Amino acid sequence: MKIDIILAGVGGQGILSIAATIGLAAVEAGLYLKQAEVHGMSQRGGDVQSNLRLSDKEIHSDLIPYGEADMIIAVEPMESLRHLPMLSKKGWIITNTTAFVNIPNYPDKEALMDEIGKIPNHIALDADTIAKDVGASKSANMVVLGAASPFINIDYSLLENGIRRLFISKGEDVVNFNLAAMKAGRNITEEKLKDSR
Amino acid sequence: MHKLLLLGDEAIAQAALDSGISGIFAYPGTPSTEIIEYVMRSKQSRSGAIKATWATNEKTAMETALGVSYVGKRAMVCMKHVGLNVAADAFVNSAVTGANGGLIVVSADDPSMHSSQNEQDSRFYGKFAMIPVLEPSNQQEAYDMVHYGFDISEKFGIPVLLRITTRLAHSRAGVLRKPERKQNEIRLPSDLKQFILLPALARKRYKGLLASQALFEDEAEKSGYNQYIDADDKSLGIIASGIAFNYLKENYPDGNVPYPVLKITQYPVPVRMIAKLERECKRILVLEEGAPVIEEALKGLLSKNLNISGRLDGAIPRDGELNPNIVALALGKPDTRIFDMPAIVVGRPPSLCTGCPHIDTYNALNTALSNFSKGRVFSDIGCYTLGALPPYNAINTCVDMGASITMAKGAANVGFTPTVAVIGDSTFTHSGITGLLDAVNDNSPITIIILDNHTTAMTGGQKSAATGDLLVNICRGVGVPEEHIKVIKPLRKNHEENVKIILGELNHPGVSVIIPQRECIQTLNKRMRAKFAEKEKSKKEV
Repeated sequence: MKIDIILAGVGGQGILSIAATIGLAAVEAGLYLKQAEVHGMSQRGGDVQSNLRLSDKEIHSDLIPYGEADMIIAVEPMESLRHLPMLSKKGWIITNTTAFVNIPNYPDKEALMDEIGKIPNHIALDADTIAKDVGASKSANMVVLGAASPFINIDYSLLENGIRRLFISKGEDVVNFNLAAMKAGRNITEEKLKDSR
Repeated sequence: MHKLLLLGDEAIAQAALDSGISGIFAYPGTPSTEIIEYVMRSKQSRSGAIKATWATNEKTAMETALGVSYVGKRAMVCMKHVGLNVAADAFVNSAVTGANGGLIVVSADDPSMHSSQNEQDSRFYGKFAMIPVLEPSNQQEAYDMVHYGFDISEKFGIPVLLRITTRLAHSRAGVLRKPERKQNEIRLPSDLKQFILLPALARKRYKGLLASQALFEDEAEKSGYNQYIDADDKSLGIIASGIAFNYLKENYPDGNVPYPVLKITQYPVPVRMIAKLERECKRILVLEEGAPVIEEALKGLLSKNLNISGRLDGAIPRDGELNPNIVALALGKPDTRIFDMPAIVVGRPPSLCTGCPHIDTYNALNTALSNFSKGRVFSDIGCYTLGALPPYNAINTCVDMGASITMAKGAANVGFTPTVAVIGDSTFTHSGITGLLDAVNDNSPITIIILDNHTTAMTGGQKSAATGDLLVNICRGVGVPEEHIKVIKPLRKNHEENVKIILGELNHPGVSVIIPQRECIQTLNKRMRAKFAEKEKSKKEV
């Protein structure tokens, strides 16, 4: 078993929390893990990504080779496309549709969605709105993780444990918001997969 | 024992804690910052059992660590690659004094310049100083090598350089710990003249260092960290150093490379192992993260007959970090890309945060300079370097820590006025004060703007050595006239007033210092969040 994941977003959008949740779950599942993060200058509103690799065998490279990522999990639509050369032929893109516009030349949003639509396997969802709807407006990142969770071959309860361990120091409320956000995202993908069957 | 999930930086820090360090010193710099931060969060540091502090710069950090070593205790000093330039005087001479208590210098290189001005390779410094260099290939090895590094540092009485690169520093993996070691007791060097580098004594110490080279080489052959992994297909032999070894293994199922591989993670290079590889294989491919250090040593100047590939012949690009694909292409394997990045995707460079005080300062500065020709603003290393980008386009240089003041001085000294230096509070105390003294002594007509946001912001908000009144007092103490030290508040509502103050100082034919004081928006938000959480907690308790 091997899962290679690219996490993408803009500095400050919480991709490292997604990585940490999956990481904690993977460790509890007894898997090997490598996770390369971006720190430093890019975190100031620039594009950020993380390479997350899980396997039941030893992992060598901290970086995923081109064309081998099983999925790209993106908290921002344009960022979901930046790392497309990493994606495998049958790989999935799971992305938020809410754009983070902090540059003057941000592309046309409909054209972006068309581009995302060209990838055979994709889930696009308005994670910001969904997060608000479940009363967890700051947890759009966890909605996206939830939407990706059916493709991550780890028991869902372990991801829930991961959220508990990651956020417990911030209080029970924060844990519950994040759990609700992740569940809401997961439901959307499960519905979509049902429809397509 | 349970595995810990640690960044490479954190693995080094945990190993330092477990191998009985008494002190760790650093100046923040990506990708090295997290090492000392991890130690600062530890029980041992909070209880005062281990001294862990930010230093004003890498040189003071290095010298402090050397002082710890002098009294016989173990010390670590951490910096980014360009920080080693700042520490170089102390670093190179520490090879001549040698170490008493174990001393490890960690230098984190940044190939591809993710957060740096150059991609210099610290292994050159290790060779230059003639000390052992360790270059771990993964997080576990980083952990283990700290223990081992302290062992050989004390065994040979020599500082050891631990060289890592961005991908190892900032990548997480499971790490198994070793049993903890006690700290050393205070025990001065048996020869109390060991650390006196008077020429007569230094010559003796230097001869000793030269004589030790054979011992270091022997250690590198035998320690087990350098490995000769034999295989049947001798059409190619591969030398892979540090994390390049992982990218090599990634390219073969279960990591079984069909060619003989020499994994190098300890220097001086193991010459006997290299000679064997060269003897047995038709061709050699050298994979290194960073500069072609090993490759150049192998090729020398005239040995053109050796069949060696790597960064020098273009098999690997001459610059930038490696990845599995670059290594795959060098091995003659195909490009595995399926999708290309769509043309619609545009760059998203980092930018100053909304609410950042630097924005208001740059807006005021740009207005003040609008009647002068362009190209007058010398800047420095920090968040404010982002003022180079649109919409500000506010600065014209960024070279090294402190260069803003001295370059502005040089330009002004030969007749280019007005000139402006823009430097942050932490960069100013790191390397700006001496330049300011030069300018004062020369009465150079420059306007220095010291952006005081009360923190070392770019690396995540570490404690800055001097802010607020202390910073103002330093400028007074260095000799800037009282009437030309102006403290301003960088806010939009103060724009007109701030422009007037800057214009006034631009017209002054001597040294002026303007200090915009306002807290970094990131640290302010962090403080407010903590305060809010504290309030909520106390509400619940009531």
